[in-house]
Formats: sequence, structure tokens, C-alpha cells
Amino acid sequence: MNYEVVIGLEVHVQLTTKTKIFCGCSTAFGQTPNSQTCPVCLALPGALPVLNYQAVEYAIRTGLATNCTIAPQSVFARKNYFYPDLPKGYQISQYELPVCQHGWLDIEGEWGSKRIGITRIHMEEDAGKLVHGELPGTAQSSFVDLNRAGTPLLEVVSEPDMRSADEAVAYLKKLHQIVVYLGVCDGNLEEGSFRCDANVSLRPVGQEQFGTRAEIKNVNSFRFVKLAIEHEIERQADLLDSGGKVVQETRLFDAQTGMTRSMRSKEEAHDYRYFPDPDLVPLEIDAAWIEAERAQLPELPEARRQRYQADWGLSAYDAEVLTAERPLADYFEACVTLLPSQAKSIANWVMGELTRKLNEGGVNIAESPVTPLLLTGMLKLIEAGTISGKIAKTVFDEMWATGHEPARIVEEKGLVQVSDSGAIEQIVAEVLAASAAQVEQYRGGNEKVFGFFVGQVMKASKGKANPALVNELLKKKLEG
Amino acid sequence: MSLFEMTLQELRTGLDRREFTAVEATRAFVERIAATDDTINAFITVCADQALAEATAADRRLAAGESAPLTGIPLAMKDIFNTAGVRTTCASKILDNYVAPYDATAFARLKAQGAVLLGKVNMDEFAMGSSNENSAFGAVHNPWDTTCVPGGSSGGSAACVAARQAPAALGTDTGGSIRQPASHCGVVGLKPTYGRVSRYGVIAYASSLDQVGPVTRDVRDCALLLQAIAGYDPLDSTSVDMPAPDYAAALTADLKGVRIGLPREYFIEGLDADVRQAVEQAVATCRALGAEIVEVSLPHTEYAVACYYLIATAEASSNLARYDGVRFGHRTATQGNLIETYSCSRDEGFGSEVKRRIMLGTYALSSGYYDAYYLKAQKVRTLIRQDFLDAFEKVDVLLGPVAPTPAFRIGEKAADPLQMYLSDIFTIPVNLAGTCAMSLPCGFSATDLPIGLQLIGKPFAEAEILRAAYAFEQATEWHKRKADI
Repeated sequence: MNYEVVIGLEVHVQLTTKTKIFCGCSTAFGQTPNSQTCPVCLALPGALPVLNYQAVEYAIRTGLATNCTIAPQSVFARKNYFYPDLPKGYQISQYELPVCQHGWLDIEGEWGSKRIGITRIHMEEDAGKLVHGELPGTAQSSFVDLNRAGTPLLEVVSEPDMRSADEAVAYLKKLHQIVVYLGVCDGNLEEGSFRCDANVSLRPVGQEQFGTRAEIKNVNSFRFVKLAIEHEIERQADLLDSGGKVVQETRLFDAQTGMTRSMRSKEEAHDYRYFPDPDLVPLEIDAAWIEAERAQLPELPEARRQRYQADWGLSAYDAEVLTAERPLADYFEACVTLLPSQAKSIANWVMGELTRKLNEGGVNIAESPVTPLLLTGMLKLIEAGTISGKIAKTVFDEMWATGHEPARIVEEKGLVQVSDSGAIEQIVAEVLAASAAQVEQYRGGNEKVFGFFVGQVMKASKGKANPALVNELLKKKLEG
Repeated sequence: MSLFEMTLQELRTGLDRREFTAVEATRAFVERIAATDDTINAFITVCADQALAEATAADRRLAAGESAPLTGIPLAMKDIFNTAGVRTTCASKILDNYVAPYDATAFARLKAQGAVLLGKVNMDEFAMGSSNENSAFGAVHNPWDTTCVPGGSSGGSAACVAARQAPAALGTDTGGSIRQPASHCGVVGLKPTYGRVSRYGVIAYASSLDQVGPVTRDVRDCALLLQAIAGYDPLDSTSVDMPAPDYAAALTADLKGVRIGLPREYFIEGLDADVRQAVEQAVATCRALGAEIVEVSLPHTEYAVACYYLIATAEASSNLARYDGVRFGHRTATQGNLIETYSCSRDEGFGSEVKRRIMLGTYALSSGYYDAYYLKAQKVRTLIRQDFLDAFEKVDVLLGPVAPTPAFRIGEKAADPLQMYLSDIFTIPVNLAGTCAMSLPCGFSATDLPIGLQLIGKPFAEAEILRAAYAFEQATEWHKRKADI
């Protein structure tokens, strides 16, 4: 049978606040187990939570960037269940009244542009971590590390609006790009800073009612999300085709096998006994606060992309590449500010030489030895005719290696372009004299040989001859 | 007069005049505890050596002229307050040997003002109870009649003050847990407005109801001790950022112009005749002092106990989830899987009343029952709060009994939890409303058991009820009688 795929995603976004959501402990990753804890995040008797307002600021910014309504009042609730990584025996989350609601993101792809609804974004605390292992001389043991307990998270819940694994991945990438752009999340999937649970169900094409869904937990890369969803679609289709039924359950994706397997069924699901946390007062967010956060929002990739095309005439492709990551886009814009007339050529250099060098050296663009000032300085030398585009590559490499200013490099290395027509004429005459056969060919109608002459002149001038002048003088000599 | 007979105010004066030292005062109370606590069982932990060391340091500060309001004053803390380095059991086996690494804010404030910690006093386990019989460390005996309960849950706090084992103590009041034992032990106890005193470091029973307050020998001491602990604490999100007034300055000897309301629902059938008579006599005294007496109504009073046992137990079921044997406290010796470790540790560690309330609360929050129980109870709570706000449109202070009867006998109600729950019928509504109230002595029963008078104030109007209480106390002799022990 033909099925329509229905996918909704729940994404956990770990916030980059310095301290935890309800206490002053550090959120730094990879520290000695239990070194970043206090009575509050250890859930010692009598300890009480106090909300970290930076986490709220980040939640508001994320909500605004995803077109959500920010709730004037939201409420923290306790989600009750027992597990050793959950020291209080409940997780502080938001339930009935989340901080953001009713947002959306547009995703682009072979389907064109499609709007994916965001049901809600709520704030919550992360749990700790269990480490399973052995102590010398003991049986298998489990250890509890509560460094992560209390790390602030946003849970972004989408509407069941996606119809393929590709749409799901496009949505995830878009959301990822936004939270990283906002600086509210470091976006590190491997360290679990951006985690995804996917709800997948099938229904016969044309049927309005949703099929029974399975939830796939904690898939930690874009590629695995695609694999896990595709596998799950296949599994459910096979099941339905053979007359079986999908059961509502939670499934785990196994990256080794590319399969999902059952973790717990609906019957085994917890009753979390949510209720408002009496230790925290309702979170009030007034219009002034929302506007203050709106003022903090950076320009988001989509707006930048449109601006690059409209204002600077870049191609859609170039605009896309340049805005993919905020530091790259910021670099590009810093260059354009310095040299507004050369946006296209800046784009070429940034996407070409600079990106190649960054990739080769594994260097972060923020640490690039070729700063926007140096790069545009070099482009100004080209514009002024001081150096040729070809020599510029040499200058660029030298700037990368030394961080020196382009003018200094040009001077020290003697790279100034020769635009003295007398000098070039001299070289042209010599080249033509030494290439009688080719001159014969050219004059016999083989215009391709022209390139050969140019090459010879440039070679003889050690690349410094002004190419336009070379062309002009060659033409004159050959045809005159 | 023996030093242990002194009030806070008398100790302060004596210390400041160098009539005796803090060490002498502390030793007097330590010896008094040693002499009487086999009978009373008010203390779970006595900090004799530490207290004497703190008193020595206090004497040095006094000699250097660095006297803070409580420098050298020995005090007892309900064993629900975390005290760094001194074990904090909450009267539960599950925290039998638990030593907290930090101080509760209320205790830290007392320490910062120079108080000496005499010890940690008995209570109903996790503050769940009205008789102090639910303690893993045994029942507390009422100093007026040791066959009777002292009330609960702050039974140890009230009994130790009544027995002059400590000049004053801190307790907590979730549904009458300061006022009812104060009433039964003939001492003064005040439950401040919710948010007035920090709950940080106080082991939680029902977070939206718990409040810290003083238990003292008289009203002036009550004002002094409240002054020491009241105020905003950034570590408690529910504490209110509002400066505390000068409570002692509010104490005046008359009630001219004060409108006192008598809630009709607090003078019902079933109210013990001695209690009724004592409270009615107190009304006459107040009128004589210049108060205008007005009858008012708190129409939703009858739903308060039911409402409380849904909200308090729901919160408790969640608050007590952290006692799982993983990080601290009792862990079962039984080898088993995770679930067995949880259930055995909790089964062995919690007493039966605590288990009963955890189960009640878990049920009230369960899917399918939440709306009918927890949510409904919250709506009733709103109505009860409104009752008080309406009444305070007409009067300044409400007056009534604290408990329907004087102290009952140990074991008398232990088998009937419902009967026990009803003994808090006049105190619970105040916690649900979140406002302030206090208990002070207003008479004795035919069997010579103390009877307490309850004064209920507007939110954050502790000064007003203290003023009324002080005027009443000045006009009567009840607070001067001492339990013969």
C-alpha cells in the first residue's frame, strides 16, 4: 500500500549559559565527575532552586527567532520519576504553560519551501549521567555523575508536519543553524548539546487520521536521524503490509546496525504526575523584556541571505554558503564594509582561497591570520592595478603565513605589477621574435595561439606584467 | 532565679550587664536538658561540647563589646533545619546519620547574630503529624502532663521551651505545626506569613505551606526571635523581598481601635468546653483592653482539612522522592536491582504516617485523578484565601482557638489518623491562606493542661498580631505559669 509518512520532532537544545538553570554551578563539559555540584543540584534535603535568568533570555530569543509567541506567564512543573541520574526524583520542566508557543520555521528543498509548525518551546533541567563500569575487585558497578544535572535545556516540539526523513533533517538543520546563530547553543551534536527524538507514524495516503506512532530516542547526528527515520518508515510499512499493527512505544536507534529497537511500550510508560513546582514562582515576562531580547537578536541567516542577493547581487548559492555559519557571514560582512564596491570578488576570495586555507589548517575563521582588513587591503591593490589577480594569490599565501600587510609583502617581494607599456612592449617584441612559428600560425587564422603568447609574456615578466596591457600590446603587434 | 528559667530578654539583659556569662547560661540549659530529657524526650541531638565552645567564643565577643542581638543566647532548633556539621534527621530513620554540609538560612541568621546551638529537637517525622508520636526517636512527652502529647509536628520545640530546656526554639508550621504544640505546651508560637522567613535549608514537607517560626516563653521573645530570622533570602524564590518592620517596637499594652473578628466557624459544636470558656474569656479581656469585637465568617473552613491533605500530601510525595538511598541517608542492606534498592530503602527508612501521606499524595497527582483531587483542592484553597481577605476587609485581627481540645493522651488518637487530622481544623486554613498567625497561653483546662489563643493577622501583619498578643499577655498571668518539672 502507499503510505504517507508523518514525522514530528522533539529537540533538546542545551543552552550555553555559564551556570546551571537552578544553581550557580558551572556547566563546563568534561570535568571530574561530581566536581560541579552543590546542595541544589545534588538535591540535598532542604535545598531550593533559583531560576537563572540568562536561561530565560535565551529561551525568549529562541522563541522570537522561531516565530513563537512568548508567554506573559509560564510555570515550572515537576515531572516525577525515579532514576539514579535524577537526584530530586523529579525533573523541573514546564508542562501546561511553556515559555514559547505557536511558532514555525520554513524549510527549503526539492519540495520547494515548506512551513513546519512549532508547537511549543519549554525550559527544563538536564539529568545527570550514569557511568557503568567496574571498580577493581568488585562486580559490575554503576556510577552517578551529577555534573550535568541542572544544565539548562530548551525542548523544541514541532507539529507533525514533516513528510519524509529529508524534511525532518532539513528542519533539524534549520533549527540547529538558528540556535547556533543566536549563540544560545554550541550546537555540538556529539557532546549532546543538540539532541533529537523523532515521532514517526504512517497512514494510508488520503487518510486524515494519524497512524500509531513510535518515538525514536536520542539520535545524535543528522545522518543518523535520516537513517533512523528511514529504517523506522520501512519497519512500519512492512508491519502494516503484512497485516500487523504498529504499537505505540519508545524505540532506540542503534548506530551500529542502523536499526531501531523497542525500549518500552505505552503500557510501561510512566505516569509523571506533573504539577506546578511550589518552590518556584510563575515566570513573568513583560513586553519590555521581550523587546529587550528582540534587540539582542542577531540578523538571522534567512534575512542575511536575502540581503546579500538584493544588495550585493550575489547568487543564491553564494548567499547560502556565506550565511551558513555566523562567523563566516560576519567575516564576509566585515570585508564588504571595508570595500563595498567589491562584494562579489570578496565572496569569491572568502569561499575560495580563504575557505581552502581554513580547511587545510583546521583553523577557525575567527582566528584567521588573514583578517578582513588584510583581505580587502589586497583587493584594493588589485583594484588599483598595483598587482594582478594572479600575483594576488601569492600575496594571499604570504599574508596567511606571516600576517603581514599586503602592501608590505608586495614591496618586499617586488610584486608590483608592471604597467609601463614601454617595458611590456620590449618583452612582447622579444617573445614574438622567439616564436616565429606560432606567429605564423596565428596570422594563418589560429587565434588559440594567442593564449600561448600571453603566457610567455607573463612568464618572462615573472607574472608582474599588467595582463590587460599585455593583451592590448600583443594584439597591436600581431595584427598591426 | 536559675538561669534556665530566664526568657531571651532576661538572658540578653543579664549577659549585657555581665551578671553571668554565656558559658554559665549555656551550661545551665545543658544541665537542665540532662536532668529532664529522659522524661520529656525533646532532644534528638544535644550539642553540649560544641555549645559550650560557642558560648566561650560568645563571652570573648561580649567582653570585646561586640554584642549582636543573640550573642551568647542558647537556642534549640527543630531537627528539620540543616545545621552544617551537626546531624539533621528530620526524626526519620532514613536520615538517621545524615550530616548536612550547609546551614539553613534561618539558622545561619541566628548564628550570625551570635546564637549558641544547644541541640536539635524532636518532631513528627518529616513534620507529618499533630502529636509528635510519629518520630523515629520516640514520642515527646508534654511537660505539663507527661502522659500527654505535646502536639506536633514541632512538639520538641514547644516541649523544650515549656520545660525550660531552652529559652526559645525554632519550629516549622505547615498545617499548625508551631501553633498547636505551642498551645498544648503553654508557650508562644508564631507562624509568619508565607515568604516572610526563608525556607532554604529547611527540609521540605509541603513547600507551598511550610513556614519557619519562633517558639518562645512570651510575646516579647517571640518578636525578638522573629526579627532575627525574618527577611528576604535570594536562595528561596518564594521568600518575599520586603523589609521586616521593628517587631519589638510594635508591642504596646492596649488594643484601642483594634477590630478583632471572631470567625463563626471556629466556635462550633465539638469545641471542648474548657477551650471555649478560655477563648471567650480572652475575648472579654480584649474588649476590656479597648478592642472592638466583630463576628465574621470564613465560610469555606470546613473544607480546609480535606484540601490540606490533598495539597500537602501531593507536594510531599514529590519532595520525599529524593530519599532514594542513592546519594545520602539510609540504603537497604538487601542486595537487589534498582527498583528493589529503592523500595527496600524507602520501606525501611520511612515510618507509617510518612508512607501513608506519600501514597495519598501520589494518588492525588495520578493521571485521571489530578483534576478531581489536586486541581480541585487548589481551587478550594483559592476560596479559603479569599475568605480571609474578605474578613480582613472588616477586621484587623481574627481571634479563635488554636485546637479544638487541650493536649490528648499519648496513644489516644494514634490508631485513628482522621481524628488526628481534625485536631488541626483551626490552624490549617491559615497555612492554606498563606497568612500569619500565632498561639499564646489563655488559660488551663480542668485537668490543668494549657489552652492556647490563636490570633490571625493580615498577610505580613506579624507586627499587628504581636501587638494584640502583647497587650493580652500584659493583662493576664497565664504565661507566667510554668510546667512543674
